[in-house]
Amino acid sequence: MFAYFVRRLLYVLPVAIGVSIICFLLVHIAPGDPLTAIMPVDATAEEQAAMRSAYGLDKPLPVQYAIWIGKAATGDLGKSIATGRPVANEVFAAVKNSLLLAFAASIIAFPIGLFLGFVAGYFRDTIFDRIVTGFAITGVSVPNYWLGIVLVIIFSVNLSWLPSMGAGPGGSGEWAWDYAHIRHLILPAVTLAVVPIGIVARTVRALVGDIFSMDFVQALYAKGMRHSDVLKHVIRNAAPTALSVMGLQLGYLLGGSILIETVFNWPGSGFLLSNAIFQRDLPLLQGTILVLALFFVFMNLIVDVAQAAIDPRIKRS
Amino acid sequence: MTVAAEPIITEEVKQKSPGYWAGVMKRFMRDPVAVGCAVIILLLILSAIFAPYLGLNDPYKASMIKRLKPIGFPGFPLGTDEQGRDMLARLIYGGRLTLFVGLTPVVLAFFIGSSLGLIAGYVGGWVNTVIMRTVDIFFAFPSVLLAIAISSALGAGIVNSLVSLTIVFIPPIARVAESATASVRSLDYIDAARATGGNALTIVRVHVIGNVLGPIFVYATSLTSVCMILAAGLSFLGIGVRPPEPEWGLMLNTLRTAIYVNPWIAALPGLMIFITSLCLNLLSDGLRSAMNVKD
Repeated sequence: MFAYFVRRLLYVLPVAIGVSIICFLLVHIAPGDPLTAIMPVDATAEEQAAMRSAYGLDKPLPVQYAIWIGKAATGDLGKSIATGRPVANEVFAAVKNSLLLAFAASIIAFPIGLFLGFVAGYFRDTIFDRIVTGFAITGVSVPNYWLGIVLVIIFSVNLSWLPSMGAGPGGSGEWAWDYAHIRHLILPAVTLAVVPIGIVARTVRALVGDIFSMDFVQALYAKGMRHSDVLKHVIRNAAPTALSVMGLQLGYLLGGSILIETVFNWPGSGFLLSNAIFQRDLPLLQGTILVLALFFVFMNLIVDVAQAAIDPRIKRS
Repeated sequence: MTVAAEPIITEEVKQKSPGYWAGVMKRFMRDPVAVGCAVIILLLILSAIFAPYLGLNDPYKASMIKRLKPIGFPGFPLGTDEQGRDMLARLIYGGRLTLFVGLTPVVLAFFIGSSLGLIAGYVGGWVNTVIMRTVDIFFAFPSVLLAIAISSALGAGIVNSLVSLTIVFIPPIARVAESATASVRSLDYIDAARATGGNALTIVRVHVIGNVLGPIFVYATSLTSVCMILAAGLSFLGIGVRPPEPEWGLMLNTLRTAIYVNPWIAALPGLMIFITSLCLNLLSDGLRSAMNVKD
């Protein structure tokens, strides 16, 4: 197990470095001088020269990268052009809100997806299966930013049941688990949950259907095992794959909530990112993308290690 | 005594047996859902191409007094948008850019990704390592994040959207192509072809491509729906197609402010994205079962 963990870690490190190189290069593929991208438009020539040497923009690219990644490793992601505040602080506060939204969405999505997928796989080729399959493909096909707008039209504009934007009283900083705040979480979390429901249901359906047609299930029935005990075996077989799909989805939820956060003005990393895009605030953009992408890489690592921990077949291969 | 050799091949046998693609076509036509979706997609593409000949109103002509008219307003079957422009015309014209930007990246990524995957899978060794580890790095980003990152760095515009979405879809296609190629390469007939002196290019062309292209193609079609949603999403965020061009994601964005005035008009462009992406997914599923491709 430990050896596997080390092997995975050694594999993840170069990927993480590669990810950071891409984030670093984002500022340099932007059209024009990177200096104009990281400075206010009204900066004087002296300020520009000071900035150029401060950022090391007169040095070759690999050196610049080394300086940048060295600072990033100590938590210094530069300063936002729009607000002048350190990017790291802004990203940290926003990621906290995004995680909250992603967790809320997964609490809705995973039980529903697992249940639907299991029922459809168990009752393969019945009307149940058809309904779930149809629902799942609709779920993965829907542009969720549009679904968010439709839900706002129904529940905020027409019915006036739920708020259409923001994270409740106190704005972005003060989240509390009370009615006033949770009301704001419902619509974005439901919207964000639809795609993972579809993906989890589809995966689990195929998985459970395949396992039921395996020889060992026949053998268990043949030796007279009770139906409920056979189900336990099937679930135990399906668990590692189902868990890894859900783990990956949690990572996708964090990265994929950008559009949903924009629709609902949810003060998370996606909202921060779309503001950074709107204001062409490249240091903020770069920092947010780096943190989100590294989180996704980290999530993948955890999923792989957790999967190896519960599935003895992986360690052998 | 010599006997004239009797022709043992009768006319019946000589007739060519129906090929693989005829079988695929036959199975596909028996799937009413997939055929229905293919018809809808075809209609959307045709109406987008021939939009100027459909006798529609001018999609750019604004009118201050006719803003946000409801569905069924005289002269405007689907109402008007926030600048008084005809929604029906804008939705049909909007299909041009939306479908173009939504589908082209998958086509480009299909060619680039399968080439990379074929090279990596067939050549193996350090070539494989270089290609696939680079692919892994891009794969480490969630697709939405990567598309937004590249698009926002490059800035808005159709070409930039095409570039960023193509980059997003090369890695998954390259991975599928690499694993398909690697598994075909280990089969005996490839060894046989090498042993008889065939050079690599010929072997790949004659023996490998035919066996891997089907699965890669089906996989690529399954990405078209995501690509559509992403492409419209970039415009929705303001880093895709620039106004005033009609494009469904961009229209959805500008009409968002109108949800308190005329909500169902605001929902129409998104409905178009949804219908297209649903049909693309169902079509891809139909192709997958018609071509007998396993996951």
